[in-house]
Amino acid sequence: MQQQYLSILVTFIVTGAVVGLMVSLGRLLGPTRPSAIKGESFECGNPSTGSAWGRFAVKFYLTAILFIVFDVEVVFLYPYAIVFRRLGWFGFVEVLIFASVLLVALLYVWRKGALEWD
Amino acid sequence: MGIEIAIAVLKAVVVILLLLGLAGMLGWVERKGSALIQDRIGANRASVFGFAGAGLVNTLMADPLKFLVKEDLVPAHVDRFLHTLAPCVNLFPVVVAFAAIPFADTVHIAGRAIELQAVSINIGLLYVLAMMSLGVYGVVLAGWASNDRLSLLGGIRGSAQMISYEIGMGLALVSVVMTYGTLDLQGIVRAQGHLIGGWLPAWGVFYQPLACLIFLIAGIAESKRNPFDMPEGESELVSGYFTEYSGIKYLMFFMSDFAEVGLVAGLMTTLFFGGWQVPYLLADGFHLPWGATVALPGLVVTLLQVASVMVKVLFFCWLQILIRWTLPRLRYDQLMAFGWKGLLPLALANVLVTAMVVLAVQG
Amino acid sequence: MSPVVFMMMAVLLVAAALGVVLHRSPIRSALSLVVTMFLLAVMFLLLDAHMVAALQVIVYAGAVVVLFLFVIMLLNLREDARAMARASKVVAALVCGGLFLFAVLWFLVSAAGRGIDGGLEGGVPATFGSTELLAERLFTQFLFAFEVTSVLLLVAIIGAVVLAKRKLA
Repeated sequence: MQQQYLSILVTFIVTGAVVGLMVSLGRLLGPTRPSAIKGESFECGNPSTGSAWGRFAVKFYLTAILFIVFDVEVVFLYPYAIVFRRLGWFGFVEVLIFASVLLVALLYVWRKGALEWD
Repeated sequence: MGIEIAIAVLKAVVVILLLLGLAGMLGWVERKGSALIQDRIGANRASVFGFAGAGLVNTLMADPLKFLVKEDLVPAHVDRFLHTLAPCVNLFPVVVAFAAIPFADTVHIAGRAIELQAVSINIGLLYVLAMMSLGVYGVVLAGWASNDRLSLLGGIRGSAQMISYEIGMGLALVSVVMTYGTLDLQGIVRAQGHLIGGWLPAWGVFYQPLACLIFLIAGIAESKRNPFDMPEGESELVSGYFTEYSGIKYLMFFMSDFAEVGLVAGLMTTLFFGGWQVPYLLADGFHLPWGATVALPGLVVTLLQVASVMVKVLFFCWLQILIRWTLPRLRYDQLMAFGWKGLLPLALANVLVTAMVVLAVQG
Repeated sequence: MSPVVFMMMAVLLVAAALGVVLHRSPIRSALSLVVTMFLLAVMFLLLDAHMVAALQVIVYAGAVVVLFLFVIMLLNLREDARAMARASKVVAALVCGGLFLFAVLWFLVSAAGRGIDGGLEGGVPATFGSTELLAERLFTQFLFAFEVTSVLLLVAIIGAVVLAKRKLA
């Protein structure tokens, strides 16, 4: 079993090394001539106005919460997908109940308009 | 133990070079392909002594060298650590996820069974999904680290889009797991080796056509390509969340874009189009449906299998490029509505119907 | 699983967890949290719980911390310079941490003789941690918990929507 995870570790290390190499090569090979104008944010030449922040957008927070809930649902469906043949119709009804409760949640969010104007 | 590590390192290096090379080639293919579609010539200036090598000079020499020697411009008032970390975090998960794609059947050399798969674990599909869900961080960090409200907007919108379509993708993959009963990618490819009705290869697309379509759409949305590239918004937000990047870091963002194209193509071939299975090719040669057999040595079979994967992956990369240059861009609210109200219920219904059909057929 | 590997992972894990608590910038804390979750998944792998490790990365590192990052960015939380200043906070943290440590040590010492089998009849099966075993148990022995989870998730969504809507209206 450890052999399998050795391949993951090795892949991670090699990928990390390649990515790190790319960034450091860029840092080494490129010139460094900082100036005030180059340091500003890019807005096609127009000077920036105001702070870097605007209104609080609640819809992104709602999207993230919805994502957590449905991700947990998907994560419960994976074990089901592996053994569902053994569990037969009884298991199917169990998962149907589970999925329909979460479908109710989706419908609630839909009707409340939280999925709009994102 | 040393041999094991050496083999693992070799496989990892080969797969990484393959994917990064593919990502580079796709850059040129995109430019020439879009030129073909738009009836113009496209990039044709990079050449060495008049030899352009069908884009090889451009992708392997001109582009990387150009990006490497540009100044690494970091805007003032940014968190330098996060600014440097973001492109790395963007590229890393895509590459390690691609490492799970199997390229051929198990090869037996010198009494040792070697899988032609850099990461061969029995929960391969969950591993791929886990790595893809880590891809959100690159976008979020890039947007934040640029300390610029346009980039931040692009970053948050990009990550919101990615997480919305991840659920559709996850559910489509659940129905694939239902069909094959295993999470192991090599096992899924092996299970697509038999024939339906004696002549049709049992590829996943024939069992799960809807899941295939949902996965393709969700995959394109995950990589934020047209028609889902609002966060990059080339015509509105300059470059969206990676506006403030230059040099090799900018190239890394583009590379991860194309690497993700390669990853989605790789997953499509592995899960739905037979992976390394060549129709009618078994371990000892071709067994054609009308009875003829062609015996082939093991090495040739392996090479044919690897070639099969490459051809299918290239086809799906080309398909994604074609889709990009054909369809208009979805507006952001249309995009999110499609993900939550369209793909999610559809994918969930697909899962339940698949369960019902399989239970009805079996029981 | 060798003690050396476990020790290395444990040290990294504790360092990442300290990073979550000690960093001044909330974004760096959140990133340390991602690393902590990832290392926890590695710990699960070392304990042969493969599916749980993958699910840990998918749900925790891939969803929950993304939510944290969204909130931090949307609220534009910058460094809190006065965070560690007050002595009363440090004392309270030490007391709570000490109590928790005491409870954990007491549990470990009292369980040292008889071992922990987690409610599995007949000891630990050979296929421990495999996805099939987990799936079978989840849908037969722990069915009620599974169904209640869906209701919990529904409640969470309703709560989130109510709170968010009130903010807008």
